[in-house]
Amino acid sequence: MVTERLAADVADNPDVMVTVNGERRLAPAGSSLHDLVEALGFAGRPVAVEVDGQVVSRGRFADRRLTGGEKIELVTFVGGG
Amino acid sequence: MNESGTIHSMAPTADDAPLVVGGITLGSRLIVGTGKYATYAEMARCLDASGTDCVTVAVRRERLVNAAGENILDHLDATRYAILPNTAGCYSADDAVRVARLGRELLRDMGSVCSEWVKLEVLGDRRTLLPDPVGTLEATEKLVADGFTVLVYTSDDPVIAKRLKDLGAASVMPAGSPIGSGQGVLNANNLRICLEYLKEDDPSYPVIVDAGVGTASDVAVAMELGADGVLLNTAIAHARDPVRMAEAMRAGCRAGRLAFLAGRMPRRLYATASSPDEGSIAGPRS
Repeated sequence: MVTERLAADVADNPDVMVTVNGERRLAPAGSSLHDLVEALGFAGRPVAVEVDGQVVSRGRFADRRLTGGEKIELVTFVGGG
Repeated sequence: MNESGTIHSMAPTADDAPLVVGGITLGSRLIVGTGKYATYAEMARCLDASGTDCVTVAVRRERLVNAAGENILDHLDATRYAILPNTAGCYSADDAVRVARLGRELLRDMGSVCSEWVKLEVLGDRRTLLPDPVGTLEATEKLVADGFTVLVYTSDDPVIAKRLKDLGAASVMPAGSPIGSGQGVLNANNLRICLEYLKEDDPSYPVIVDAGVGTASDVAVAMELGADGVLLNTAIAHARDPVRMAEAMRAGCRAGRLAFLAGRMPRRLYATASSPDEGSIAGPRS
């Protein structure tokens, strides 16, 4: 069932456009924030994520579907004073 | 840091209550920044030599190209150092609040005991990096309402300092001089008034001099005035020998604190001889 629905989504709208750290990125329709973080190579790395100005906790990455147009910030700690 | 939330790599001076900020005890009165070091290895050696228990970090975008490189957290022992994220680079209260929340998320993910800590900076101007007092007050109010332990960078203006404390800042951190300038404590009188205003009826309220330190004597000066701690970065990172300077800062901090506790003699215009006049074989100077 789920697979069918996802397949239909992909056929209608193969990709969604999101902005990550100021750069436009394509993400497969139906994908989640978890998928995006993983695809960018930050799974298990110390990063925090903000979507449209709101922090999304790691535990909610998988529930957060990307619908297109989101402005995403993906940050970490760097040296600073 | 042990499980009760106490951090102690350096034994506190005898008969001196330790520095407590937002319920966390810090064994060292130095807070050291992690920016501008040539390498992470050098940074780690400097932090060790400084004796600090608390280090500041910045929150920045990850690089999406060539990602998964080294992360500063690979070089910071979070069981040894309290990690204090800053909001450096923010010029509005709203941006500072966003950055503070992202920093908190990173700390919560790490399981930090001080995950609600933030070093708040709302800057007014790129050239001076002086704080924007209006934005700083606004952000302090919002972050306190959101449950943060706010350590707030401000100017040495005693009126603003008092208002920040009244808004619930856990520590007010007046600048000695502009960030990274190395000019030391430019207005000791203002700092003295800040300390008086912030500590009257509340002597244990932590006041930390943040920014402007150039060398160890600057730390000693701030501590002699009665500051509870000093926060610095560039003075170590840009010293010719950063590790040795880190050690000097540690000694300067301790010397200044001891001198403050000891209570300095009053300044006098004229000399007072240390050797007795009585018994001198010399005749009087005519």
